[in-house]
Amino acid sequence: MQHRYIPMTEEDKKSMLKTVGVDSTEELFADIPDDVRFKGDLNIKPAKNEFELKKELSQLANQNVNLETHTSFLGAGVYQHYIPSIVDHVISRSEFYTAYTPYQPEISQGELQAIFEFQTMISELTGMEVSNSSMYDGGTALAEAVNLSAGQTRKKKVLVSKAVHPESLEVIHTYAKGPGLEVVEIDVKNGLTDLEQLKSELDDDTASVVLQYPNFLGQIEPLKEVNELLADRKKSMMVVSSNPLALGYLTPPGEFGADIVVGDTQVFGIPGQFGGPHCGYFATTKKLMRKVPGRLVGQTVDEEGYRGFVLTLQAREQHIRRDKATSNICSNQALNALASSVAMSALGKQGVKEMAELNMKKARYAKTQFEQHGIDIVYEGSFFNEFVVNVNQDVSQLNEKLRENGFIGGFNLGSLSGEWKNHMLIAVTEIRTKEEIDQFVKEVGDLND
Amino acid sequence: MTKQADFPVIFELSQENRKGYSLPELDVPDVDLDSEFSSDYIRQTNPDLPEVSELQIMRHYTALSKRNHGVDSGFYPLGSCTMKYNPKINEDVARFPGFSQIHPYQDESTVQGALGLMYDLQSSLSEITGMYDVTLQPAAGAQGEWTGLMMIRAFHEANGDYNRTKVIVPDSAHGTNPASATVAGFEAVTVKSDERGLVDLEDLKRVVGDDTAALMLTNPNTLGLFEEHIVEMANIIHDAGGRLYYDGANLNAIMGYARPGDMGFDVVHLNLHKTFTGPHGGGGPGSGPVGVSEELAKFLPKPVLTTNGESYYFDHDRPDSIGRVKPYYGNFGINVRAYTYIRSMGPDGLKQVSENAVLNANYMMRRLQEEYELPFTQHCKHEFVLSGKNQKKLGVRTLDIAKRLLDFGYHPPTIYFPLNVEEALMVEPTETESKETLDEFIDAMIQISNEAKEDPELVQEAPYTTVISRLDETQAARKPVLRYYRTEE
Repeated sequence: MQHRYIPMTEEDKKSMLKTVGVDSTEELFADIPDDVRFKGDLNIKPAKNEFELKKELSQLANQNVNLETHTSFLGAGVYQHYIPSIVDHVISRSEFYTAYTPYQPEISQGELQAIFEFQTMISELTGMEVSNSSMYDGGTALAEAVNLSAGQTRKKKVLVSKAVHPESLEVIHTYAKGPGLEVVEIDVKNGLTDLEQLKSELDDDTASVVLQYPNFLGQIEPLKEVNELLADRKKSMMVVSSNPLALGYLTPPGEFGADIVVGDTQVFGIPGQFGGPHCGYFATTKKLMRKVPGRLVGQTVDEEGYRGFVLTLQAREQHIRRDKATSNICSNQALNALASSVAMSALGKQGVKEMAELNMKKARYAKTQFEQHGIDIVYEGSFFNEFVVNVNQDVSQLNEKLRENGFIGGFNLGSLSGEWKNHMLIAVTEIRTKEEIDQFVKEVGDLND
Repeated sequence: MTKQADFPVIFELSQENRKGYSLPELDVPDVDLDSEFSSDYIRQTNPDLPEVSELQIMRHYTALSKRNHGVDSGFYPLGSCTMKYNPKINEDVARFPGFSQIHPYQDESTVQGALGLMYDLQSSLSEITGMYDVTLQPAAGAQGEWTGLMMIRAFHEANGDYNRTKVIVPDSAHGTNPASATVAGFEAVTVKSDERGLVDLEDLKRVVGDDTAALMLTNPNTLGLFEEHIVEMANIIHDAGGRLYYDGANLNAIMGYARPGDMGFDVVHLNLHKTFTGPHGGGGPGSGPVGVSEELAKFLPKPVLTTNGESYYFDHDRPDSIGRVKPYYGNFGINVRAYTYIRSMGPDGLKQVSENAVLNANYMMRRLQEEYELPFTQHCKHEFVLSGKNQKKLGVRTLDIAKRLLDFGYHPPTIYFPLNVEEALMVEPTETESKETLDEFIDAMIQISNEAKEDPELVQEAPYTTVISRLDETQAARKPVLRYYRTEE
């Protein structure tokens, strides 16, 4: 049967086979040895027509509670934010999404320039000199940063704060096995990385100190003090994972002497999508420019002197350097970097600050409301848009009850560690209204009594 | 200095106080944020993002899109990348709110639809590849490679076998193979190809040893040739105690005809953005699931998606797992697209895909071998590699041929890869192209070959029709400008 994605007719095939000089397509597969030839039919579901398949998958999708059916206070690394309508219209232009890596710059100026603009925006937000074209996500970007710090300093020990996203921490451990690094986890004290412990672990073998800003608990790590700690140890790097939206308000890590800043631009124009695809970013100093993983786009000129863009410094990359490459990354997250660029362009210089402040103000309002309902706020330090409450009951059970009332509750910190039993991490973004916050706090309060 | 006619970057459209956003109102009592922070932590200068209106943004990116070539724009026979048609139903399904607007930390009971889809996709990929189990966690092919190698490493270490430090890769391998080996802590060693473009068995016997962790193989290989001696190769590696890794970049050639698991492979990665139509996105996001044999299954990255017959859940209790390779559960949005594609094709459709991909490649190869040197003459699979060395003698390099193709509206083939063919041109038409398209492209290639004979300068100076001429890559690398700097007017 003729499939709509396959245009060859029987007539076409006949004439092509004749040109090839064989009687049937089977002959073209004769080089597959008989004993490894697959002779049956693949045991997968039969093909479905377009209408019915769409209907079936729509019903499947509708089985999921989602952010349109429920009001969410869940964050913990993935956030629901305002996404300008233009984002999806831009990334739906098939010249972008059906293209591949821009290896032929003359017919890829659109993609190349979009990446160049992305790199510029990330440099601006992070306060770093150089940004790459994207990484898979914030977690793997952080793991690559850790490995880069070890390679560059030729040291094997890394100090990673336990207030880094727990899944990023897990990924760091997995990536560290390749080069055989020692990952030392630094405890959390009052919601912040324990600087005393950090200081005591910091020694001449330390490749880098790794923090998240704001950290997983929403708290703002004192990067200034960390930088001062590191000043005595000039050869250890400072690696910071940062929510780029928070940098609309907070001093960027680049101004605190960070050597590598990574994170995820999911907050700009990318829906949660069950955790992926999101979009990692990787920003660093000019000094480390030639060690950066992944693609870099650079500006140059054509034969007539017009400005144009190309993939550059490719001698770092796997397709040129093979086993000596700075990373094995090939495909990254180009289309999502484009989505974030559109969202960042829409927000602009003022909007990104306004949006960051809205998050902070609404989160502070929610915090105050919890306090007024007698619910404990666990950490008192400065925070961005997330904070921890003690709900005095099992968070997953509480969330189940909240769901019946139309809410997706906060992250169950108790799932990570016994010391966080009954602790919920609550995210409040700019899209939550006062009414929603009031209602949510009331529900939690009522269920807490 | 940039010329007046330079295409503007978005920062050059910016005007102070212009707005392109519509944020919610502040509907809660205002608070003074600055009083809460030490001034050290309050950003003093706003990031210099562009200030542009919504229409300006839309026009800017629309104009950029017109300066870009995708599969929907025209033929894109970029070898090894499987630039096939990206079905539009995939895009629609991935945007259903029940798939796009879900959070990875929602309770498993609330995302059974998503988990069911993932489980069925895993099962389908297991069946298509002949593997015991599949993880959807890796974000792209290269991450899949590294994940697979880390599992092989864990397997050897679990056997107390710490001396297996080497990973063998053919000289025709993708660059990611040796790079992934390095990242996984191995040393990459090369095995040569023979005069037929296949792995040289004698050389393989020479390099294999008790320090061999794995052989990484693409089959069909990057020359588009099926490694006929796969069974012998598998025996050589397994007898030496190594494991066999399948780079699934070329799976589009053999679906329904052969399965890596049946060929003796222990680990397989797939590129869902190639064979299974997740769009390439201008360079990602992709998705790189990894399939394993039963022996290696306990090392899969955690958590592992499984079912108890009533519902789907993530099993985190995996003591032998290599650990997590990516936050959350993989590039779910891409996996939704791939799943939609598999369900659109069914078992017969997937077999037709490979049948037509292979026929198209052979047809083009036979017609083009009259004008271009064909270093390996047997039937190919889904792609083939020509050499531009005859044209080079006339002063026309493969790069020139590629640039000249731009004038005909085509994306050129992959060039200068694989490395074991001089002036290589690697052509992969895919199954979604019509005979008319193939013929038109062949005609253009023949015309360029004639131009090389009659007027080489015409080819050397191409392209003529693109928005920009050849770019100075040396300058870009010598004095890297990796971001825009605003200049005072």
